[in-house]
Amino acid sequence: MIEFRSISKTFPGGTTAVDDFSLVIPSHRTTVFVGSSGCGKTTLLRMINRMVDASSGDLEIDGENVSTIDPVRLRRRIGYVMQNSGLLPHRTVIDNIATVPRLNGVPRKDAHERALQLMDTVGLDRSMAERYPSQLSGGQQQRVGVARGLAVDPNILLMDEPFGAVDPIVRAELQQELLRLQRELGKTVVFVTHDIDEAFLLGDQVVILEKGARIAQKGTPEEILANPASDFVASFVGADRGKRALSIREIDGARVLVDADGTVAGRLVEAGPS
Amino acid sequence: MTWILANIEQILELSIEHVRLSILPIVLGFIIALPLGWVAHRYQLTRGLILTLVGLLYTIPSLALFVILPPLLGLPFIGEANVLIALTIYAVAIMARSTADALASVDRDIQQAATAMGYSSWRRFWAVDFPLAGPVLLAGLRVVAVSTVSLLTVGVIVGVDSLGYLFTNGYQRGILESVLAGVVATVVIALLFDRILALVGAWLMPWTRVKGAS
Repeated sequence: MIEFRSISKTFPGGTTAVDDFSLVIPSHRTTVFVGSSGCGKTTLLRMINRMVDASSGDLEIDGENVSTIDPVRLRRRIGYVMQNSGLLPHRTVIDNIATVPRLNGVPRKDAHERALQLMDTVGLDRSMAERYPSQLSGGQQQRVGVARGLAVDPNILLMDEPFGAVDPIVRAELQQELLRLQRELGKTVVFVTHDIDEAFLLGDQVVILEKGARIAQKGTPEEILANPASDFVASFVGADRGKRALSIREIDGARVLVDADGTVAGRLVEAGPS
Repeated sequence: MTWILANIEQILELSIEHVRLSILPIVLGFIIALPLGWVAHRYQLTRGLILTLVGLLYTIPSLALFVILPPLLGLPFIGEANVLIALTIYAVAIMARSTADALASVDRDIQQAATAMGYSSWRRFWAVDFPLAGPVLLAGLRVVAVSTVSLLTVGVIVGVDSLGYLFTNGYQRGILESVLAGVVATVVIALLFDRILALVGAWLMPWTRVKGAS
């Protein structure tokens, strides 16, 4: 469990990125911070591994205040995946994945063995082990990034817009992979995105943020869609338009759902036991 | 041509001497410039100051430097030490700026990622920043190498025998071939250094050789 308690962050220069933020992030679930750029979501994420230190307030991981943990050691036990993969361009795929175990002193041979297994886990062919990141496609690089984030089998995985820079088809594929991985591994995932569809797809808990990391609404995707807390949320999730505003139309006795553009989205059936 | 053939042994000897004398200033210049460039890169306030001062060193004419250094450092005018120190100063003058530029060329996202992985700053410097600065460092070092090989010829003024001897010899005795031989040999050695550095660089930085898929 990760707990933010009245966290604020003012950067030198006076911008307040985070203003009195409190939140509990449950273990083994995916929590998504979603908001427009500059809302402070990445700052929140980076506070968890102390890439950014809070100006005031407390942040605890399983009851331990992070400010009491050496940042370098803290980071080695938290997985981190970022946009554009952040892979080390001068290291091969296998060495990139083995980075953190090697930092922790795991022998090279063991770290490489584990890295190969992780390549299987994230759906990368082992033949790519000796390639350099520049020789991979964007989607493959991102998979390496995820494998690297998982290398020390961390409890917590931080993901900062990890699929932001790949094309939509690859993004959809990677999102499905992440859902599959999460079903298998059950990590505490904290995911940052500006894409509300991605947030709803991946998040068990979705936190919609306004400027200054003020929580506009938090809840499950269902809760948020069913009851947007404000006009801001309604407009942000697009509840009032497009693919989300479905209406019922009767055609020959059957009830079909039509979206705001008049396109048929599906058929209305009674929900069976799931 | 006959003069060259008749004196080929001396030309070769001077060439070897030239190579030997060139290596130390290049190596020392690189090593000394590294912390200077790092400080200039790391602390923006010192950047202008350090790089300007170091850059000014390069504008001191070599003859003047040969005259100033001995009394300053308590060295004899005639001798290798005088020339080697002067050439090291020039090497630092070029390399310090290259080092600062090289470190600035490293992608910030990658540095951030490395920090997020759990690299301490010292370890990150050697494992990430330094190797990734490699291509720009190498470019600077190649300039230093060629410049050092060329400047060394002036050392003959203070009695250090290098290919520069062929210039003074040719001038004093009116032998054009001697001067030409000196020029050609200097250029060949400069190109040799440049080539070797490029090859060593490619060997040390294999990732710069791969062709990108995307």
